[in-house]
Amino acid sequence: MKPAAIRLAAIAVVVFCLGPFAWQVLASLQSETGRWSLQNYVAAFQGRPFGQVILNSLLVATSTAACCIAIGASAAFAIAKLEFRGRKLLLGAMLACSMFPPVATLSPLFFLVRRLGLNDHLAGLILPYMTFALPLTVWVLTSFFREIPDELYGAARVDGCSPFRAFRLVFLPLAAPGIATTAILVFIFAWNELLYALTFISSPEKRTILVAISLFATGQKEPWHEIFAASTIVSVPLIAITVLFQRRIVSGLTAGAVKG
Amino acid sequence: MISPAGERNQAYGLIAPATLALAGVAAYPVLASGWLSLHRLILVFREQRFVGLTNYATLLGDARFWSALAHTSSFAGIAVSIELAVGLAFALLLDGVGRGKSILRAAVLVPWAMPTVISAKIWAYLLNPESGAFGRLLPGVDWLGTPVDAMAAAILLDVWKTTPFVALLLLAGLQSIPAPVYEAARVDGASAWMTFWRVKIPLVRTSILIALLFRTLDAFRVFDSIYVLTQGGPANATETLSIYTFKTMMRSGDFGYGSTLAVATFLCIALISIIYLGVFRAGFGERA
Repeated sequence: MKPAAIRLAAIAVVVFCLGPFAWQVLASLQSETGRWSLQNYVAAFQGRPFGQVILNSLLVATSTAACCIAIGASAAFAIAKLEFRGRKLLLGAMLACSMFPPVATLSPLFFLVRRLGLNDHLAGLILPYMTFALPLTVWVLTSFFREIPDELYGAARVDGCSPFRAFRLVFLPLAAPGIATTAILVFIFAWNELLYALTFISSPEKRTILVAISLFATGQKEPWHEIFAASTIVSVPLIAITVLFQRRIVSGLTAGAVKG
Repeated sequence: MISPAGERNQAYGLIAPATLALAGVAAYPVLASGWLSLHRLILVFREQRFVGLTNYATLLGDARFWSALAHTSSFAGIAVSIELAVGLAFALLLDGVGRGKSILRAAVLVPWAMPTVISAKIWAYLLNPESGAFGRLLPGVDWLGTPVDAMAAAILLDVWKTTPFVALLLLAGLQSIPAPVYEAARVDGASAWMTFWRVKIPLVRTSILIALLFRTLDAFRVFDSIYVLTQGGPANATETLSIYTFKTMMRSGDFGYGSTLAVATFLCIALISIIYLGVFRAGFGERA
């Protein structure tokens, strides 16, 4: 293709990808009559616990990421570096679990969360979120641990480290960039989740931000411009994170997929 | 130094927390869904009794289930085909463009990073016949109010939202092709068209299959976008398996039949995975 054609195609792609988002930001800055103002941003916070639900989402997404890494990192290390029976099976099971349709786990999790007394409680979301976040964590982290040379593990063992100490003292610090990448990915996935959040939370002030936005209607007419102000507040930080860490996110998302 | 047996024991210790957690939050719920699907279980009536396969008999005769299955299949089939074609074009462009590559890649990531709920709200507004830009461009088309157009809108949203993921997966595959391969093709006098079909496509075949697998499974369990766009309407025309299951459980409170629908969805996903795995095996066998 000619350079001019490539440039034109590139511009078309940028417009296609950014168009709806840019349009949303512009709409959020306009009143119903088309006048420019910040009124929608003020209105989004009025009459509903909007600040609270943003905090809820932050809390749930951060806790999910922290729990998954605490539980998943050691498993990823073992799968990547240690010999044990059932290694392939475990990685396969992780992948299979990440493909479960969320509705297939919905009713038992509903009863489980209720039995634990966590229904309508933010902590009750972390457990269901682990169904998709934990396999993601182990899968992505395993590919990061694999990139660390095997020789390091051999050297640590010769120096008298047990596998557990080698994990804690050598591999965990070396995998810090991978852990950060995984945390960002889990955070984004948990932040964007709708089905479980819709099912397990009933009080308006305990909702996550996306449930609040999906139910954002006062009366007959949807307050579109307020919705767009709220949506902009929620999506700008997410897009900022993504653009800032684009290399890491892409490497995390495609990890394992290319190497097979 | 500890013995190999000790090392193996430590390995089991390291995987134990994740394995137990996964058994609790994924394996147990799926099995429990199977068990619940054999019950009549309606929350508001406080009723729970074993009914054997009655729910499955109901399922086979449930026209709404079959149409939900048809909607889900056509949604996944059409959306994933478009995403693969457009995603491949994006990937080739990203691979070929020189300056401004990181800007382009960042732009491509934006639809991926936008929460589905929010992109669905934006599209719902854009397609609104009274207020939206598309509504004004094509007056007389009430996108979300007529069955075929509502499905088209849901597909359009899915394509916008997930093509970037396909493009990035394929780009990673394209970039793993070593430069000497292109050099050899050039020396042999291959045209750009032939390089594309005979060199690039075969070498990214694995990436294409992986993208197809992930996207098909994801599209088949679609929930967020349709829930926000149409809630399955108009007249259940966009109701997918996940939406129907969710409504049966959470709106009608029928957890027994809802679990049966959940199991049916799960089996569909399992079947698709098995078919893809077969294709993978065949593909690799042929190469070896």
